[in-house]
Amino acid sequence: MSQKRKSFDSPYDLAAPAGAEGWQELYPYNMVFRDNLREKEDQKFWFCDSQHWPNVFKPFETIGVEYAVRCLGAYNTRHYIIPPANGIEFRIHNGFCYMSPVGVAPELIADRVPHFLQRAGHYFQNWESLLENWKKKVHATIEEMDAIEFKALPEMVDWADIESGAGIDPTAKMMADYDRLIQLCYRNWEYHFEFLNLGYVAYLDFFSFCKESFPNIPDLAVAKMVMGVDSVLFRPDDELKSLAMLASNLGLGDVFATKNGADDILAELAKTEKGREWVTAWNNAQDPWFNYTSGNGFYGSDVYWRDHLDLPMGYIQDYVARAVKGEQLHRPKDALIVERDRIVSEYGELLSPEALATFEGKLGLARIVYPYVEDHNFYIEHWTMGVFWRKVRQLSRVLHGYGFWNNPDDMLYLTRDEVRPVLFDLATGWGVGADCIAPSYWPEEIERRRKIVDALATARPVPAFNEPPAEINEPFTIMLWGITTEQVAQWLGSDDDDPNQLKGMAASPGVVEGIARIITGPEQLDQLQQGEILVAPVTAPSWGPVFGKIKATVTDIGGMMSHAAIVCREYGLPAVTGTGSASTKIKTGMMLRVDGSSGTVEIIG
Amino acid sequence: MYTFPFDSAETPQHERLGGKCTSLAIMTKAGAPVPPGFAVTTDAYDEVMRGTDLFENIEALLANIDINDVAAVDQASAKIRDMIMQQPVPSDVHEETHKAYDELMQLCGGEVPVAVRSSATAEDLPDASFAGQQDTYLWIIGRDNVMQKIRECWASLYTSRAITYRKANNIADEGLSMAVAVQKMVNSRTSGVAMTIDPSNGDRSKIVIDSSWGLGEMVVSGEVTPDNFVIDKIMLHPVKTIISDKHEELIPDGKGGIIKQEVDEARRNKPSLSSEEIIAVARLAKSAEKHYGCVQDIEWAIDADLPDGQNVLLLQSRPETVWSQKPAEVKYTSMGSGIEAITTSLMAQISTDRAGKTGS
Repeated sequence: MSQKRKSFDSPYDLAAPAGAEGWQELYPYNMVFRDNLREKEDQKFWFCDSQHWPNVFKPFETIGVEYAVRCLGAYNTRHYIIPPANGIEFRIHNGFCYMSPVGVAPELIADRVPHFLQRAGHYFQNWESLLENWKKKVHATIEEMDAIEFKALPEMVDWADIESGAGIDPTAKMMADYDRLIQLCYRNWEYHFEFLNLGYVAYLDFFSFCKESFPNIPDLAVAKMVMGVDSVLFRPDDELKSLAMLASNLGLGDVFATKNGADDILAELAKTEKGREWVTAWNNAQDPWFNYTSGNGFYGSDVYWRDHLDLPMGYIQDYVARAVKGEQLHRPKDALIVERDRIVSEYGELLSPEALATFEGKLGLARIVYPYVEDHNFYIEHWTMGVFWRKVRQLSRVLHGYGFWNNPDDMLYLTRDEVRPVLFDLATGWGVGADCIAPSYWPEEIERRRKIVDALATARPVPAFNEPPAEINEPFTIMLWGITTEQVAQWLGSDDDDPNQLKGMAASPGVVEGIARIITGPEQLDQLQQGEILVAPVTAPSWGPVFGKIKATVTDIGGMMSHAAIVCREYGLPAVTGTGSASTKIKTGMMLRVDGSSGTVEIIG
Repeated sequence: MYTFPFDSAETPQHERLGGKCTSLAIMTKAGAPVPPGFAVTTDAYDEVMRGTDLFENIEALLANIDINDVAAVDQASAKIRDMIMQQPVPSDVHEETHKAYDELMQLCGGEVPVAVRSSATAEDLPDASFAGQQDTYLWIIGRDNVMQKIRECWASLYTSRAITYRKANNIADEGLSMAVAVQKMVNSRTSGVAMTIDPSNGDRSKIVIDSSWGLGEMVVSGEVTPDNFVIDKIMLHPVKTIISDKHEELIPDGKGGIIKQEVDEARRNKPSLSSEEIIAVARLAKSAEKHYGCVQDIEWAIDADLPDGQNVLLLQSRPETVWSQKPAEVKYTSMGSGIEAITTSLMAQISTDRAGKTGS
């Protein structure tokens, strides 16, 4: 008989995969578990956030977790002074991301309350106008970022600069632009959390009230009552559906059925008047809706629709084929609203008049603030980060052009702070008229780093480190990461567990059986066949178009509010999230039974 | 006209179907899953009694009877009932009844036992004569036996007690008639009870199901620890499931009796309801509550003979009276809405959140 473990391993005892030794040096010093802090770090429970960071970081890519999680914390700790909660500490271990929430010492909590009342109260009271302003700020940042252009340095300083006596050369601008790019990214990550944490606390207030009124009410019920049906997050996919419907209505189905690739299809369409009408609609949809990643915005390798038009065009082709057959492509919004109202009224009927007034009041506020929780993702992860990574790749390619590295995107193997001396190396070589040092240094160093990153990627991350609290009731941890007491117990699990049964969050209801397809990255999405069950470490909302094809979704990580859960509920598909290990235990081709109502996945063949 | 399937599209008429059959037909029409069956209408009875000289002969026999002479009444009753049993059933009544029976057996996938019960039209007969034991015949197999029991039901209108009661209350036999219900015997693969309230805390947003193998008596009497399912009533999602070791079950022996047997090893710790069936039972309880407008306590069964989707049967529904009378006593952490309410909620987390390490 096996014994249930009480504690996870210490990060200090977990060796790196073979070939990845020395990985710590790839990342900022403050992001790894440092040897001299062992005693302190081992006091804390760390869980792996593979929901946002399912893959090994390349050094440059730590910018996402650094900015996001720092800014999340700052809003709790310094802006709104949320009484019981500070931020979340984060570390990288073996290339993956680990988190540990930071509480507030009990004796300090009471003093924080008046500040919170004043500060958060101000935001709740002025939500609409502040949010309107937020959109302007975020948009301005994106525009400024979009205006940055990195290009090769000229042979000589422009005559105009000589003539006007400017007195500086383009390297100053290149270095300033790089710093500005980083600062602008930081700025929108600050904005990202300006409303988010408040959106969650209002949601949680309603959520807790529902849990008290109706013990064990499914989380899904609460989500459905609050959920909007017009989230901006679904707009890009809706745009593709509208374009497909338009193609079908204009009788252009054949073009989409016989040609492949955006270039060929667009060329064919340009030959006819109706085709040109469609191309105009396609062009209009792109800004801003094609600023949409098939990943989650945190990786430099993310593929954005705007940069890879074959991707949205491929989705449109699938949709056109369905539209031509007379299929209804758009989500059943009216039905979703009817169902939402039914749920609200049936629960409401069970409450006393006083409790009903509270229920309606809290629900009302949750509905005002909650759309932000879904919508922000488009503005930041998709739009801002889409522009950001495009600029990073642009700079990387310019430097690649100078022979600084072997592959166009290799700058991702440098941390963002290592890029500044590289730019000065270029400025120096260009200015002095001598060779830069980079070509004789970075290609070899990058190859060394690439081997380490590749070696790290051979192992899946362990779910957690150190001893978990007896009970996990920190609501953010449960709601956002799907990490519950039971889940942690299962991670610690004994060998007696049924190997053919996985347990997770009942994220979207329904029971189906089907063939599993393991997808670990967006580049594999085209392998999905009609009617298969998507099994992934984590999904991104931008995988939307494939949700029309599949029967159900199973993920390793994610709670009720994870992207997979939200998308599946929108698409009416069963989903089980936060299983911990589905993508490793299940193999492509296995027959599964997914019960999204009870949160179980069974391997039945 | 001599028979009326419970799921008939026609409007059930009380005077043709009697009380029991009318209510079964209405329930079936309303979507309540009662065991399938049909009524042998009062037209059939009337045809037997009045299409022949049977009724006249009976009237003659009872014309001058003294109801205080118990022996005479008993003698007349026995004679009349014998006459009813002997009277050949007119052929169209016979044929139509057989046809209805055959159709029922076809739905059940073969010949299965039925219950034959009288369904009286007169509301003022003593309870026992239309709802009692003597005119309910269970586990009847085969159409000849069924026909026999139908006639026994008809004959039950002339028990000594019924004769005496009518005479004493001056109720003429002129309009007397009787319909008979022929209904599939429930062959419970699984059965149990369900409440549209959580009896552990009075939470009305839940449906609680107790379920075990075989007939429901062992669940009701507590002789077996049933599986326990808690379902959210609004979402119809299971929120809690406890699978118990169900060591014994009651099953019909096919001859009208019931036997208790040990549940085989493979089944005792298996859920007695599939996930679909759990939801179907919950849906049934929810619709009963909606229909009656108050918290219900139902008995239900999964019939082994009926096809999926039609096999969840409602055996009984009655108001739950203990919990539903008490006002719900929820202690709310944070009433009202807005920033103060949110702060109160957040502060309440502190007491429970300290299980982990204290941050610094």
